[in-house]
Amino acid sequence: MHHKSTPTAKIFLFIIFAILYTPIFFLIFYSFNSGGTMSHFEGFTLDWYKELFHDTRLFIIVLNTLVIALLSSLIATIIGVFGALSIHAYKKRMKNTLLSLNNVLIVSPDVIIGASFLILFTFAGIKLGFYSVLLSHIAFSIPIVVLLVLPKLMEMSPSLVDAAKDLGASNWNVLTKVVLPYITPGIFAGFFMALTYSLDDFAVTFFVTGNGFSTLSVEIYSLARQGISLNINALSAVLFVVTILLVIVYYFITQRTNMKGVGIRK
Amino acid sequence: MGNKLTRNLYMIPYSLWIVLFVIAPIMLVLYYSFFDIEGNFSLINYQKFFTPVYLKMTLSSFWYAFLITLISLLFAYPTAYLLTKTKHKQLWLLLIIVPSWVNLLLKAYAFIGIFGQYGMANSLLEMIGIGSRQILFTDFSFIFVAVYIFIPFMILPIFNALNELNPSLLDAANDLGASKWTAFRRVIFPLTIDGVKSGCQIVFIPALSLFMLTRLIAGNRVITLGTAIEQHFLVTQDWGMGATIAVFLIIAMFFIMFLTRDRKRGV
Repeated sequence: MHHKSTPTAKIFLFIIFAILYTPIFFLIFYSFNSGGTMSHFEGFTLDWYKELFHDTRLFIIVLNTLVIALLSSLIATIIGVFGALSIHAYKKRMKNTLLSLNNVLIVSPDVIIGASFLILFTFAGIKLGFYSVLLSHIAFSIPIVVLLVLPKLMEMSPSLVDAAKDLGASNWNVLTKVVLPYITPGIFAGFFMALTYSLDDFAVTFFVTGNGFSTLSVEIYSLARQGISLNINALSAVLFVVTILLVIVYYFITQRTNMKGVGIRK
Repeated sequence: MGNKLTRNLYMIPYSLWIVLFVIAPIMLVLYYSFFDIEGNFSLINYQKFFTPVYLKMTLSSFWYAFLITLISLLFAYPTAYLLTKTKHKQLWLLLIIVPSWVNLLLKAYAFIGIFGQYGMANSLLEMIGIGSRQILFTDFSFIFVAVYIFIPFMILPIFNALNELNPSLLDAANDLGASKWTAFRRVIFPLTIDGVKSGCQIVFIPALSLFMLTRLIAGNRVITLGTAIEQHFLVTQDWGMGATIAVFLIIAMFFIMFLTRDRKRGV
């Protein structure tokens, strides 16, 4: 039953989309402004982009952000997969306890995570900087990986494992030849979700970053607090284009795998 | 049993994580809340928390979070509903999600420009003849930007719930003579309440702790619990007081999780 959408519905959706995208295009538009403000467009210029690409400090910060994101998601994925495997092996009661503990960091506000990790690192004598940020990112990514891998494990029929064992597979073989291939989509989803969380994180990093080390979010925050500088606009335009490219790639990959999936089921 | 051994082996890194990064931080927050700024054991932080200054801040923080959640819901529900009626709904949904991948601080920064003295919003107001006014650093700008940032996270679970709704139930309601409103009130809304609940949970808890927005958009006019925690930890260095506020925020968090918990599924 598909109702034709009424004009009011269309207008409503249009307004929502307009509001969602206005700030983004607003930023990009003024990144070409030679006037240096976000209120009066004087003339077209690419100076802000030139400045952006010559800013080595910012380049290092972008690299830091990427290294932290990739490394933390990789480590979190490994620990998370093992965590999901062990949670899956437990009986119901223990499973629920573990899951509640797992979800604490997901529902905690970032400020709490940041503040409590700051206390933790100070207490443990870990110097604030690269390692404290990396450890924090690993820590808040693990539960996300677990949550995305676990449903795949639940969905897997136990007879697959039994069959492999009857056929003489060792535990290691069962894991690498049967279980891991089956839950691969969940593992990838977990990894990419962890990557997104890490790239996006501001509050936790802000608490545990110390003085010498900075990620992109923290840098944008300190720039934005100083007021308007069109470098940030140019940066956001570049980031937005990268995001869109990733979305397009992602969209086509999922479209293709979806079709493949349908093909197999038929 | 070999099985148990491997399970315990798998468990080592994960249980280390639980102990070090889930249990220890909460315990440490609780521990630090019992120390005053000079490092002496005392209950002064709790006494301070129950003074009108902090109680008012807590109340206003909850009030703002409530408003942000409510307004997001009021806009998100119809949007999600209308999205399920569109032709390429997954594509449209993706377009709703894309802005949430743009760094939160960049979006906040954009609003500094839009709501600024000579910004887009004010030129628009002048064009309609209302005239420019102070928008940045007001309650309105804070709530608007917060809703803007959270609305995709509210739309997503509601969309999923609506999408799973069996259309024949609506046909049945229709055939039985229910008006559109009755069908919504008695069929659609009750069946999608889980999506609404998880949306509210995703929005409400972070809305209590948005310190970067209060700093950038509300110009320190709005003080939320999150702002206070950040202030105590990173500016005044009074970790004890910061930890005390954190303790109350954690209690609030568990309370909200309890309220919005999913009763049907126990996993």
